[in-house]
Amino acid sequence: MNVPEFFAMGGYGFYVWGAYGATALLLVVEVAAVRARLRAARRATRGGGDER
Amino acid sequence: MTSINWFRYASPVSFFPLARRLAVGFGAAAAMLAAIGLWLGLFVAPADAQQGEAYRIIFIHVPAAWMSMFVYAVMAAWCAISLAFNARLAAMMAQALAPTGALFTAIALWTGALWGRPAWGTYWAWDARMTSELVLLFLYFGYIALHHAIDEPRRADRASAVLALVGVVNLPIIYFSVMWWNTLHQGASVSLTAAPRMAAIMLTAMLVMSLAAWFYAIAVTLTRVRAIILERERRAAWVADLAGAAR
Repeated sequence: MNVPEFFAMGGYGFYVWGAYGATALLLVVEVAAVRARLRAARRATRGGGDER
Repeated sequence: MTSINWFRYASPVSFFPLARRLAVGFGAAAAMLAAIGLWLGLFVAPADAQQGEAYRIIFIHVPAAWMSMFVYAVMAAWCAISLAFNARLAAMMAQALAPTGALFTAIALWTGALWGRPAWGTYWAWDARMTSELVLLFLYFGYIALHHAIDEPRRADRASAVLALVGVVNLPIIYFSVMWWNTLHQGASVSLTAAPRMAAIMLTAMLVMSLAAWFYAIAVTLTRVRAIILERERRAAWVADLAGAAR
């Protein structure tokens, strides 16, 4: 199987890659969001939070 | 034999560093399994006799759909524990699971639509399986919104736990919908009681992807619960020590 054939997915490329692409994107976004949330929580704690 | 006092980890202060180590391990395992699963699913498994290449969506759709229900069941179990024992770490676990559960539900619906079009000629139908899965997404949204809406964390825990527990009734509806109603969605391809109705290599790829999804969910949830612990226990002395010293 060559490369263009692989991406064509027998004519179903739009559906297959639409499914895989959106899933990959959502997972990347979730991981980034969770990491950012942890960083922010850590900063807020170190930086004195609300009463320190 | 050394004995571990498991109750030690019911307290956020001892759970926090453990959660980090577990998240790293499960995250690495998830990435490895996903690589193997994608290779098996996209390169090794042959095209389907009836559906051609379109069927390859199954390697995402089925694991995501399983996770959407499984995460909800685990979330509801933590909610039950938090209500019964007034355990705040259990409530935080439930809170940490909800966004990941919603994400898998959205993925299941999205990939299902993209598979439905080539397989059945439509992206969406209001059949029992799809509608009850959409209800599951709204249950996750409702849980998250309710928790956000109440300022006092313990009250938010209790109210949203009740909502999550009531929503459990939707799980058997999703699972059995293909048997109870005449749905466009096909019945189960894999069950514990009967031989799977798919080729061994396809089944293997699907199970590897499911395991990857499982480990991913564990890693992300443990990381999110660490953020939640910091957010909610900010005033406790141990949090300040921890944030200052260890990463």
